Amino acid sequence: MATLQTRATARIMMSPAVILLFLWMIVPLVMTLYFSFLRYNLLMPGTEEFIGFLNYQYFLTDPAFFTALGNTLVLVGGTLLITVIGGILLALVLDQPFFGQGIVRLLVIAPFFVMPTVSALVWKNMLMHPVNGLFAWIARLFGFQPIDWFAQLPMFSIILIVAWQWLPFATLILLTALQSLDGEQKEAAEMDGAGAISRFIYLVLPHLSRAITVVILIQTIFLLSVFAEILVTTNGGPGIQTTNIPYLIYMQALLQFDVGGASAGGIVAVVLANIVAFFLIRLIGKNLER
Amino acid sequence: MARSTTTRSKVIFTVIGWTIGFLIFFPILWTFLTSFKTEGTAIATPPQFLFFDWTLENYHEVQSRSNYFKHFSNSVVISVGSTLIGLALAIPAAWAMAFSPTKRTKDILMWMLSTKMMPSVGVLVPLYLIFRDWGLLDTRIGLVGVLTLINLPIIVWMLYTYFKEIPGEILEAARMDGASLMKEIVYVLTPMAVPGIASTMLLNIILAWNEAFWTLNLTTSNAAPLTQFIASYSSPEGLFWAKLSAASTMAIAPILIMGWFSQKQLVRGLTFGAVK
Repeated sequence: MATLQTRATARIMMSPAVILLFLWMIVPLVMTLYFSFLRYNLLMPGTEEFIGFLNYQYFLTDPAFFTALGNTLVLVGGTLLITVIGGILLALVLDQPFFGQGIVRLLVIAPFFVMPTVSALVWKNMLMHPVNGLFAWIARLFGFQPIDWFAQLPMFSIILIVAWQWLPFATLILLTALQSLDGEQKEAAEMDGAGAISRFIYLVLPHLSRAITVVILIQTIFLLSVFAEILVTTNGGPGIQTTNIPYLIYMQALLQFDVGGASAGGIVAVVLANIVAFFLIRLIGKNLER
Repeated sequence: MARSTTTRSKVIFTVIGWTIGFLIFFPILWTFLTSFKTEGTAIATPPQFLFFDWTLENYHEVQSRSNYFKHFSNSVVISVGSTLIGLALAIPAAWAMAFSPTKRTKDILMWMLSTKMMPSVGVLVPLYLIFRDWGLLDTRIGLVGVLTLINLPIIVWMLYTYFKEIPGEILEAARMDGASLMKEIVYVLTPMAVPGIASTMLLNIILAWNEAFWTLNLTTSNAAPLTQFIASYSSPEGLFWAKLSAASTMAIAPILIMGWFSQKQLVRGLTFGAVK
């Protein structure tokens, strides 16, 4: 009897959060879906009409879409490459005992707490500025021609900034996983004469594989929607060289007021993110059972 | 012999570790230093590292010219407000899931997580239009609402993993002793759950403070938090690096300190308990 009562109470206690989240998920998504089938431009009120898949056709055949899709993949892939490899190396170093370990750990995770607009602007101006930036000064110090980062290597520059923000995340998670590695196992391998490299390949790496997967999946979710860094540094340019899918949709919606086209793009973005989410959710769900 | 190698490796790793730490932290340190320079010194070549005339002028200027604290207080209201409302919604929900789980609990949790996977840009258009029609654009209430819903899944998940570690027997014992549900929550559950709730709160304030998609798209000036305020420095109206640095330092300092305090709980919160 008591359980019946508790169960009812439990349902009541869950309902506000569940109902709000449900509305939050379903209402805007249905609206996006609906708009995506309309000709709907805020500059031409009163001309809304149903046009079927025409918005999708325009969006998906627009050369800008393929450039943006490619840019999105390069941005996500490049950042993942730097942060995962860098994160493993950093975690291995931070796992060693040394003087001031705690302080170095604090220094390493700090960039994660810097708001995206700040880190992008600080990098763009004070570090990467082609004349007064610190990198330009270092280049001249060694007798090189300073690089005009955002003109010559726009995408690489953004990847560098985003990787700086996410490297701490990867490091912290991999370090946590590394510290849960059984010390005895490591010692046993050492006793058996396994060298540092084979110990890493056969013992450490397999132990880290789960954490690496988690890092890749979670970062992918966030990196697919990088926005602020592009907005304050390149505005998607030069040309559309650094326009990713979110930025393309933003331009279509809030700069060109093409609600229909932007909605079609939004649905495409949702589909892309869902492919990644599918794997992530399965992984976390498996973990919940243990 | 073994001892000397460990000391030697300790020294080597001290050098490597501190070098890496310094390099990664450098952009933040550089911002901090630049905020005390004059605009002239800030862009000087060769750069001035420590030996320049330190000044507090920029901090003063940022406030008097652009009303910095309006944006700062917007950030505080938005991040703290959305976190508190989120906790009010999530504590009962996580409590129910952790202590009277049903067959569907796991599905509900996974579904909540999946809402977090939805890219914001997918719902930008309708949300912008709803905000416009309801007069919510550039209001703090509107942003508090959006950020509450965005972070609600993380809050529920974090609390759930913390609550699950509280032994249910203790609650049952309290129930046997005749404690009402209200008393059970206030006197038994809450004291044990406070550390978990505190770190959930901390992480969510951080996430909301740094959120830079909705804050950039849904505000312009009145409700603009620091993310939007800093973004206004991107317009190429001359090099105001010292002022940018002063504004940035004030924008990141409180959150950085909170982040350092919550670093132990960070991993659990950010991986939804997948890595502990």
